[in-house]
Amino acid sequence: MEYSLFILITPFVLFLLLGLTGHKMKQNVAGIIGTVGMGFAAALSYMVAYQYFFVIGKTAGVFQEMIPVSFEWLRFTEKLHIDLGILLDPISVMMLVVITTVSLMVHLYSLSYMHGEKGFQRYYSFLSLFSFSMLGLVVATNIFQMYIFWELVGVSSYSLIGFYYTKPSAVAASKKAFIVTRFADLGFLIGILILSYYTGTFDFATLTANHAESVVTSMQGLSFMGLSVAAWAMALIFMGGAGKSAMFPLHIWLPDAMEGPTPVSALIHAATMVVAGVYLIARLFPVYIFAAPEVLTLIAYIGAFTALFAAIIAVTQTDIKRVLAFSTISQIAYMMVSLGVSGYGGHDGLGYMASMFHLFTHAFFKALLFLGAGSVIHAVHSNEMKDMGRLHKFMPVSSWTFLIACLAIAGIPPFSGFFSKDEILSAALHHDKLIFFTMLFVAGLTAFYMFRLYFNIFWGKEKAYDSHHKPHESPALMTVPLIILAIYSIFTGFIHFPEFISSDSTPFAAHIEWMHVAIPSIVVALTGIVIAFVLYFKGSEKPVQIAKSLGGFYTATVHKFYLDEVWMFITQSVIFKLICKPIAWFDRHIIDGAMNGLAWTTQKTSASVKGLQSGQVQLYVWVYVIGSLLIAALALFL
Amino acid sequence: MIKMEYYLIVSTLMFFIGVYGFIARKNMLAILISLELILNAVEINFAVFNRYLFPGSMEGMFFTLFGIAITAAETAIAIAIIINVYRNIGSVNVRKINKMKE
Repeated sequence: MEYSLFILITPFVLFLLLGLTGHKMKQNVAGIIGTVGMGFAAALSYMVAYQYFFVIGKTAGVFQEMIPVSFEWLRFTEKLHIDLGILLDPISVMMLVVITTVSLMVHLYSLSYMHGEKGFQRYYSFLSLFSFSMLGLVVATNIFQMYIFWELVGVSSYSLIGFYYTKPSAVAASKKAFIVTRFADLGFLIGILILSYYTGTFDFATLTANHAESVVTSMQGLSFMGLSVAAWAMALIFMGGAGKSAMFPLHIWLPDAMEGPTPVSALIHAATMVVAGVYLIARLFPVYIFAAPEVLTLIAYIGAFTALFAAIIAVTQTDIKRVLAFSTISQIAYMMVSLGVSGYGGHDGLGYMASMFHLFTHAFFKALLFLGAGSVIHAVHSNEMKDMGRLHKFMPVSSWTFLIACLAIAGIPPFSGFFSKDEILSAALHHDKLIFFTMLFVAGLTAFYMFRLYFNIFWGKEKAYDSHHKPHESPALMTVPLIILAIYSIFTGFIHFPEFISSDSTPFAAHIEWMHVAIPSIVVALTGIVIAFVLYFKGSEKPVQIAKSLGGFYTATVHKFYLDEVWMFITQSVIFKLICKPIAWFDRHIIDGAMNGLAWTTQKTSASVKGLQSGQVQLYVWVYVIGSLLIAALALFL
Repeated sequence: MIKMEYYLIVSTLMFFIGVYGFIARKNMLAILISLELILNAVEINFAVFNRYLFPGSMEGMFFTLFGIAITAAETAIAIAIIINVYRNIGSVNVRKINKMKE
C-alpha cells in the first residue's frame, strides 16, 4: 500500500507547480492540471479504499491499523519522537475517499465557476495545498503530525477565505477565521503536551492500544483543580477540535468564512476541514472513553446545544450561504453529539459509527448544497434570498439536485441523511433522553430551514429579473458535479456502514429502529417540510407576520444572538483593556524602561568622565609620571 | 676611578629635568629637547651599568650606540613633523594642536 503516499505527494507537487509557475500558464491549463492531478489522487484513494476494505485490511474479522509509510522526523528521547507517516485504518481510509471525491468535484466545478477570475491559478494552487494538508491530517500516524497538518489546513483556509483580498469584508473574515481557530489550537497544543508528557508518546496507535492503557496508567490518580489530568488534557484537545469544527462558542468564524468563493465553502467549510474536529475526537476515541468519559459527556452537551442554537439561527438568516453555514454547524454538532453519547465496542459503539456515517453522508449532500447555492449565485449575482424566486423553471438541474440534497439533510428515506441521522438518534436515545429529544427537534428545524431555503430560491414569487440577463442554467462543468454529488447523496445511505467502521474495528450489525426513532424522525422532518411548504411555496405574507409576533426573539436570532458582539466586547473591553494594556504598559515602561535606563546611565557616566580624555599628551604623561611615582613609593615604603 | 653613583646622579637629574620639560613646556621644540634629555639619561645608564657591573661584555655599549642612532632618526622625523605643523597652523604651541579633535 506504499502507493498511498502518492495521494499526498500529488496535490503537494501541484501546489508547488501551480504556485510557482501558474502565473505563466493560461488559466485553463492551470485549472486542468489541477483537476487531473486531483482526479489521479481520487483514483488512488478509491484503490486504497477497495484494497483496504475488501482485500487486505481485515485479519480475523477485525480491521487492522496499517502504517505503510513512516519515517522519523525528530527524536527527543528514547520513546518520544515525532514521525511522519501514513496510517490506514477504517476512518482514515473513509476520509481519504470523502476528501478526494469532494475535492475533485470542487476542482471540476471551479473550472467554470471561477472562470476568468483574477488569480485563477492562485486559487487552484491553494486548493491543492488544502487538499494536501487535509489528506495529511487524516492519515497522520501521530498527534503531532496531525497538529502540523491541522495548522496547514488553517493556513490554506485563511488564504482561500481571503481569496478576494481587495474586499475588506473578505480580509476581515479570513483574519477572524484564522485567529479564532488559532486561539482554539492553543488549547489543542497544551492538550497534546500534557498527554505526551505523561504517556511519553505521540503515536495514535500506542495511545489508543488496549483500551488506552498508556494514558490510563500514566495519569492514574493525578488531578488538577478537581478534575483528573486526563480529563484536562482531553478537554483541551477537544477545544482545538471545537475551534475547527465550529462548536459553540467558537463557531463565530464559520458564517463569516462564507466570504470566500462558494466552491471553497463547499470543500473546506462544509465537507472536509470543519469535520476535522470530529475526526480528531474519533481518532482519540478510546482515550476519551477510557481515560476521560466526563469529557465525552461535555462534548455531547456542547454538541446538542450547538445543534439547536445553530439551527434556530439558520431559520432567520437571509443570505443563502449563511443559512448553509449555520446548517453545517448544526450538522457537525450532530456528529459531535453522536461521539459524545457513544460507548465502546460492538453495538455500544453505535454512536461512533453513526458519527462517521453522518460525516460521510453529510460531506456529499452539504457539498452539493453549497455547489448548488453557488450555481444559483452565479445565475442571479446575489447571495440574498430576496433576489431569488421561481428559479426552478430557469435552472431545473440545480433545482432537482438541490431538492435531493435538502431531502437528504432533512432525513427523508431513502436519501443518505436519513440513515446516518437515524443511527445518531438511536444512539442518543439509549444514552440520554434529553439529548435525544433536542436532536429530534433540531431534525425538524433542519427540515424546515432547508425547505425554506429551497422554496425561497426555486419557488415562491418570481422576481423582476433583468430582461437582458435572465437567470439561466449553469454550464455542464458545473451541473455535472452537482449530478454526481446528487447520486452520492441518494445512494451512500445504503452502504452498510457498521461492517466497515466501528469503535473497536470489529464489524457489527445495526438495524433501523423504526418504532422509536425512524418514524418519529420522519414525522418531525415531514412536519418541518410541510410548514415550510405552507409558508414559502407560494410566497405568502405569513412569515413576516410570524416574525413580527415573535418580536425580540426574532431580532436576536437575525443577529445570531449577538454572539459576535459578545466576543467583540470580551476581546475589546475585557481582554484588551484589562490584560493586554497592562502587559503593554509593563513592556513599555518596565522592560523598555530598564533598557533605556541602562543606556541613559552609561551615557551620563561617560559624559562626566569624558573631560579626562583631553587629547593633551602632556596631561597624560603628567598622570602617568605621578602614578608611577606613587607605585614606586608604595613599593619602597610598604 | 669615579664612583658609579655620581654618574647615576647625573643621569637621574637629566632624566627628571627631561620629564619636567616634557610635561611643562609648550613649545614643541622644547619638548623634543626634553625628550632627548630623557633618552640620553637612559643611554648614560646603559653605558655606566655595562662598564661597572659587567665589564667583560659589550651589550650595554651596543645598546647605547643603537639608541643614539634611533634618537637621531627620531629627531629628524619629529623636526619634520614640527615644521609641517608650523606650516599648517603657524604655531609650535602644543596646546593649539587640537584640530583633529574637533
